[in-house]
Amino acid sequence: MTAAFPFSAIVGQEEMKLAILLAAIEPRLGGVLVFGDRGTGKSTAVRGLAALLPKLRVVAGCPYGCDPAKPCEDCLASPQRFRNGKAVRTELVTAPVVDLPLGATEDRVVGALDLERALSQGIKAFEPGLLARANRGFLYVDEVNLLEDHLVDLLIDVAASGENVVEREGLSVRHPSRFVLVGSGNPEEGELRPQLLDRFGLSVEVTTPKALPERIEVVRRRDAYEREPAAFIERWKKEDERTRRKLTAARENLDAVEVDDEALGAAARLCMQLGTDGLRGELTLMRAARALAAWDGKTSVGPEQMRRIAAPALRHRLRRDPLDDSGSSSRVDRAVAEVLPA
Amino acid sequence: MTTAPDLPDGAAAWDDALLAAACVAVDPAGLGGIRVRAAAGPVRDAWIAILRASIPVEAAIRNIPLHVDDGRLFGGLDLAASLAQGRPVVQPGLLAQVDGGYALLSMAERIDPAVSTRIALAIDGDAQGSTSRFAAIAFDEGDADEAVGATLQERLGLAIDLRACSVGTITDTVATDRESLDAARGRLPRVEVPESLVEALCAAAVALGIDSLRMPFFAVRVARVLAALDGRDEAEAGDASTAARLVFTMRARRLPAAQQPPEEADEQEMPDDAADDGGDEAEPPQDPASDDAPQPDVPPDDAPLPDPPDDREESDDAVPAQEALDEVVLEAALSAMPPDLLRELARGAASHRSQGGRGSGAGAVQRGGTRGAPSGIRRGRPRARERLSLIETLRAAAPWQRIRREERPERADRGARIHVRADDLHVMRYKQRHPTTTVFVVDASGSSALNRLAEAKGAVELLLADCYVRRDSVAVLAFRGKAAQLLLPPTRSLVRARRSLAGLPGGGGTPVANALDATRELVVGLRRRGDTVLVVLLTDGRANVARDGSGGRPQADADAMESARSLRVLAVDVLLIDTSPKPYPQAAALADAMGALYRPLPSAGASAMSAIVNRAARGQSGLRAA
Repeated sequence: MTAAFPFSAIVGQEEMKLAILLAAIEPRLGGVLVFGDRGTGKSTAVRGLAALLPKLRVVAGCPYGCDPAKPCEDCLASPQRFRNGKAVRTELVTAPVVDLPLGATEDRVVGALDLERALSQGIKAFEPGLLARANRGFLYVDEVNLLEDHLVDLLIDVAASGENVVEREGLSVRHPSRFVLVGSGNPEEGELRPQLLDRFGLSVEVTTPKALPERIEVVRRRDAYEREPAAFIERWKKEDERTRRKLTAARENLDAVEVDDEALGAAARLCMQLGTDGLRGELTLMRAARALAAWDGKTSVGPEQMRRIAAPALRHRLRRDPLDDSGSSSRVDRAVAEVLPA
Repeated sequence: MTTAPDLPDGAAAWDDALLAAACVAVDPAGLGGIRVRAAAGPVRDAWIAILRASIPVEAAIRNIPLHVDDGRLFGGLDLAASLAQGRPVVQPGLLAQVDGGYALLSMAERIDPAVSTRIALAIDGDAQGSTSRFAAIAFDEGDADEAVGATLQERLGLAIDLRACSVGTITDTVATDRESLDAARGRLPRVEVPESLVEALCAAAVALGIDSLRMPFFAVRVARVLAALDGRDEAEAGDASTAARLVFTMRARRLPAAQQPPEEADEQEMPDDAADDGGDEAEPPQDPASDDAPQPDVPPDDAPLPDPPDDREESDDAVPAQEALDEVVLEAALSAMPPDLLRELARGAASHRSQGGRGSGAGAVQRGGTRGAPSGIRRGRPRARERLSLIETLRAAAPWQRIRREERPERADRGARIHVRADDLHVMRYKQRHPTTTVFVVDASGSSALNRLAEAKGAVELLLADCYVRRDSVAVLAFRGKAAQLLLPPTRSLVRARRSLAGLPGGGGTPVANALDATRELVVGLRRRGDTVLVVLLTDGRANVARDGSGGRPQADADAMESARSLRVLAVDVLLIDTSPKPYPQAAALADAMGALYRPLPSAGASAMSAIVNRAARGQSGLRAA
C-alpha cells in the first residue's frame, strides 16, 4: 500500500484538522465526530494522521500493543513477554489508526473465539479484534451513522471505559482498549441518535470548499500526490515533521496547563446559556480548551481558547428543535459572543 | 418518473462509451472504475466485450455476485476445506483475486449498502489487510427509486449512459488496438495537464453543482489518459471537454444559471385547465430557481467574473481565454446530458438518483441473518452471511470423538485433535426488527388550500423527529397537476426531509388516481426491502384529473376509486386524513375503497396531525379493522 496523503497537505478544513490534533493531544477528550459532504478529505485527514503520530513503545509480542510501563494482564501472565516486572523486549511501532469497515461483525470488532485453533486443535483461544488493534491509537469509522446501532453503543462504551470485556462463547477476556474514536458521516444519509451524539467529545462540520481557487488547489495537490506519491510526501515531510514536534510538545505540556476559576466559570456559563444536558459539555469544553492551550504553547487557558473551541465542543449537545432551521453552530456563536465578549 | 426517458443521440453515446472503456482500460487504479447505466442486453454485452479486448492480457474481469458473503469477498476460513483436511484452509477473497484487474458488479444498485461501501473502501486501497488495487465496473439497471450506493459512486471516476444506444447505433466495435493502449499506459506518467485545464474542470464541476472534489480530480486524470491515448504529452482543451462529458454529465445536480434549456418553459406550465375548483386556485407554481437549490457559487461563465483570483500569473488577456475554455468544458458536459435529467435539473429538483437514491439504504435494507438480537441456533452449514455457532458445533461433535478417532486414526498424526464433520455444524440465528417506513402522500393541489399543505409539512417534520429516535424512516410523495412525484425517498435524514419539503410548491389539479398508483408502486418496493409500511394520505379526495392526465370529475373519480381498490389488494395500512374544511363524502368513499382508516380533520395544526399518525403507527395492526 502506498503511503498516505500527508496531513499537512490537506487544503483548508482547519477546524477538522485542529479537532483531530486536539484529540491526539488529549485522548480523554472522547473522540471526534466529523459530519459533512463527501469528498472533503475526512478519510484523508484521519489516514494522514497515522504518519504524523509519534511512535509508540510497546511490549514486543503483545497483541494489544501495551505500554511497557503499564503492562496489561495478558503480558504480566506471559513469561515470554514479561519477566521480573520488566518487559523482555520492547519495540517502537507506528501508532495504530484502525479502520472499522461498515458491515463489520461484532466478532471482528470485539474479537472472538479463534475458529481455526478451536476447530483444528481444540484449543480455546481468543482472537483479538479491531478493538485490540486500535489500543493506544485511533479507531476510524467512516459512515458512522450507517453503522449498526449496537456496534456504535459498544464502541462508545469501550472508548469511555478504555477496556474491552468479552464474555461470549465460553470466553472471558478483558484487555485494554484505549483509543480515540473518530466517526465521520454525511447527514443526508441519516442522523446519529442524540444520545450517541453527545458521547463524542468534539464535533466538526465540514463543507466542501466554496472558493474556486481552493478547490483547484485541492485537485492539484491530489493529482500531484497520485502521480508521484514519494516525491509529494517528501515535499511535505518538513511540514509534517513540524506538526509532529508541536504535537509531541503539546502532549508533554498538557498537564502543566492551568485552568483557572475564571475559565471554569466561563465554561459553566456557556453551557447554562445553551442549556446543554449534564456535565459532559463543561468537562469536554475544559479539556479541549486545555489541549488547545497546550497546542498554542500557552501555560494557562484563556478566553481565546474557549472562544475557539466552544463550537466544536458544544454544538452537538444542544437540544434540537426539528422545526428550527438555524444551525447549532450559530447558536453556540451567539452564546459565546454573550458570555465571552471579545 | 414514469415517462420513457428520451435520450441523446445514441451514436454519440456509444462513441463516449468506447472512450470510457479505453480510459478505464489504461488507468484502472487511478480512475477507480466506471458506472454504466444500461439494462442487460446486447449493447451492454458488446461494451463489456470491447473492454475485455482492451485490458492487458494478464488482467482479469471477475464477476462479483450480488449476494456475496464477506468471507468470499474479503477472504476468510474455508470451512468445508478446513474440516475435510483437519487444518485451517484460508481462501483468498474475490477482491484480493482481482488485484490489478476489474471487479464486475452487475445490478450494482441492488448490492447491500454495507457491502458496496466496503467495496468502495477497497477501491481506495484501504480495506483491511488487502492491498489489492482494482477498478470496479458497476452496471446500474436502477430506476427512480434505486441507485448505486453513494459511497461507491464516489469512487467510480467515470459514469456513462448506454440507454440511448441500440444494436443499430453500435457502429464501431473495436475501441483501440492493444498497441496504442499499451503505448498510452507507458506514456501516462509523462502527460502533463496544464493549469488552465485543471481550473476549467474545477469550474465546470462547481457550475454543475458537483460538490465532491473527487470528481474534478477524476476529470483531470481522464484528461491525462485521453491525451496519452492520442499520443500527446500534454492534455488539450478537447481532452478536458471529453473528460467533463465522461465524468460530470451523469452527476450534475443543477444547471448553470445561464443554461436553462428552452423547453423548460413548457415543463413549468401547470395543466390548469384540469383544475376546475375555480376559486381556491391558490398560487402560481413557484419559480423553478426559487427553492432551496443553491445558486452556483461561481457566476455563469459568460458573465464577467467579479473577482478573478489575482494570484494567477496570467496577463490580462489570458483571463477571457480562461473563461472561454471554462465555457467549452462546461458546454461539453451539458451536451451529452440526457434530456430527462436536463429537464429534471431545470425544474430545480436535484435528481434523487444522482444523490445516491435512497440514501443508500441508510440501514433500512434487509440484511442476512447476521445481525440483531440472537434468537436461537439451528443445525446447518453457515451459508452466506450466517455465523457458525462454535460451541454448539463442538458440543455436537463431542460424543463422537472416540468413534471418529478410531475410524480415521491417520488424522491424529497430522495434529488434528478433534474431528468435526459437516453434520455437526450449527449456525446462529438472529432476529432483526424490520424497519418501519411511513409514507406521506400529500395532496399539493390547488383544492387543498395551501395552509393545509403547511400543516402537512409540519406534521412530517415532527414525525421525522420521532423517527430519528426510533430509527424509522419517512418518505413523502406529493401530487398536483397531472402527476405524483416522489419528493423524499425513504430517509431518516432531517436535513434532506426539510430541504425537500421546503421546495414543495402548491397548486394545480388533483390527480388522485396517479397518486394512488405511485403509492402502490412505492409500497411494493418498500415491502420488497422488508419494511413495514404505513401510508398516510392527506387529501380532500376531490379528484379532478384522470389517470391519463385529462380533466373532468367523473372520469377522475372513477379512476381514483379503481386505484384505491387496487391499493386495497396490498393490505397495507392506510390512514386517510381528510383535509377539506367541510368533509365531503368522496374522501370517505375513497378511504372505504382502499380499506383505510378515515379521519376528517377540518381544523388542526401540525401537532394534532402528528399525534393522530403516531397513534395509528402504534396500533398499526388495528388500523385495517377500523
